[in-house]
Amino acid sequence: MSKFTFPESIRSRPVYGTLEPRAGSAHLFIADTEGAEAIIAMATPEIMAKGHIIYIAKGTDYEAQLRALNPASFYAGPSYGAAEQRIHKTLADAKMGLQVYLTGTEGLMGQAQNAAMQAGVPHTAIQTEHRGSTARRMQCVHCKGITEDVATDPFVCSHCGLNLFVRDHYSRRLAAYQGVCIDAEDPGNVPAPKGIYE
Amino acid sequence: MTIQFNDETFRDDYSFYNSERAIKRFPFPFHEDSYMYSVNMEQHRGGPMDSVYEKRFDVDEHYVAEMKDRAMVLADDPLRCQSLPHMTLAGWDLLELIMVSKSEDYPDLFELHRDGNKWRWVNKPLGIDDTFTFLDDTTLPYGPMEYITRQAQGDFCVLDQRDDNLWMDAGMVTTQADWSLDFDIGMNFFEWHAPVPLAHEKGIFVRALKFLLNIQQGAPARRLNWTMTVNPLLDTSPENYHKWGIQKTTLTPENIGTKQHLRVELQTFFRLPRSNALVFPIRCYLCSFQDLMTAPKWGRRLHRVIRDLPVELATYKGFIDNRPMMLDYLSQFDDGLPTSPGIWPDLDTEPSLQK
Repeated sequence: MSKFTFPESIRSRPVYGTLEPRAGSAHLFIADTEGAEAIIAMATPEIMAKGHIIYIAKGTDYEAQLRALNPASFYAGPSYGAAEQRIHKTLADAKMGLQVYLTGTEGLMGQAQNAAMQAGVPHTAIQTEHRGSTARRMQCVHCKGITEDVATDPFVCSHCGLNLFVRDHYSRRLAAYQGVCIDAEDPGNVPAPKGIYE
Repeated sequence: MTIQFNDETFRDDYSFYNSERAIKRFPFPFHEDSYMYSVNMEQHRGGPMDSVYEKRFDVDEHYVAEMKDRAMVLADDPLRCQSLPHMTLAGWDLLELIMVSKSEDYPDLFELHRDGNKWRWVNKPLGIDDTFTFLDDTTLPYGPMEYITRQAQGDFCVLDQRDDNLWMDAGMVTTQADWSLDFDIGMNFFEWHAPVPLAHEKGIFVRALKFLLNIQQGAPARRLNWTMTVNPLLDTSPENYHKWGIQKTTLTPENIGTKQHLRVELQTFFRLPRSNALVFPIRCYLCSFQDLMTAPKWGRRLHRVIRDLPVELATYKGFIDNRPMMLDYLSQFDDGLPTSPGIWPDLDTEPSLQK
């Protein structure tokens, strides 16, 4: 699957790269969906001998291929929420020299980056590669509720029901983009939703 | 001088008003007849007598009412005041800076008595008389930043300095021009300014950051910034935008003079001694168009600035839809005469309106 090229944007918007092997005492991969392809593309037997994969399939079918890489440990979970405590434990137990690789959707990478930062890994030391859906994790600036996997602009806040437009302004701490009421000055005048990058 | 504190509101019935003195000392933000972004920094070392530049932290007739409004905002939304764990020392630095400055600059209103780390703080306008131990968080009813900024007009951003950047790691933000501390906390200088149009391309933020990183203790700096607000509403937060945004549509040619306010931020920058953090107070002043027009120079100039402002800026500042109505109103106060340089009203020397 080809990679999506995000349009140029503002300075708070995350920029993703391409995973590459780096020297490390251990290698932690946190990925979802098509992120599996990025791991497969860069995996080497040396990396995987010290490699730990935490993977959220979300209906995709890569698990067997990832297991075939023979990582030192492998976990497949149904959702980020289900995997979260495991991720925190893994990061808390990590030793000096750990390399962190995040790949898949923006929501997965953002949340895992946040977990790594909380564990003391500087965000600039974490590798990321976007794969799969371009849907976003959005925070409603009004009620503060998070809506996952937002693919259209505008969208309806899943918590308070306001019609929100999708900004590129991004918070690493919240691992979310900002959603702002679109019809505050003209209630009810909400344009038809279209894809965020259409 | 003794300040008469107004009994007024910044919400609901909007009984806010400026006295004649407050209008005269309003920090009009345009030093010439046009406006574009610039790194318009200068030293904050006083200014003309009774101007908003004179004291380190200006206290004016709106003090008591603004502090009541802040308490209401915080009761509704405690996330307006946040401090990341490493910023507590900077909060004490800020508390010291404000207490020392206010007690020295307004001895009739504020007193600070220090005996080692045993401090007694008297705030007469707000009826506070507290004794506490400096640097001991358990001796104050709030964290040090929150405690003192519940008693100081304007928003306060406390910026950590590391990696050649400034980080928005603490703040008290209840009178903001549509940005969210809760969203931006933890961001660096370029990230929290990311949504501002044009200025990145002009290199404004690179130069501004360089300047700010080098601010030294005892040598604070300042600049003015501005936007427009319909009704004298202090809390123009994104959090509440779905509630206040509609007010922008209530302007009419009949009410624009009293409803439309120029919103000016006096931004100052102080280095803090123990934490090496930078505190960035953003003090908001509001003045209705009608009151501004009492200075003929400001009437002429405001019309020209608003008329010639690039569309991107009028959009970003949120008044593009109302600009035609503003210009209809303001053009009545522009007779085409030249204006004197600088921001001051020059009431004694500028000619009255010639039409």
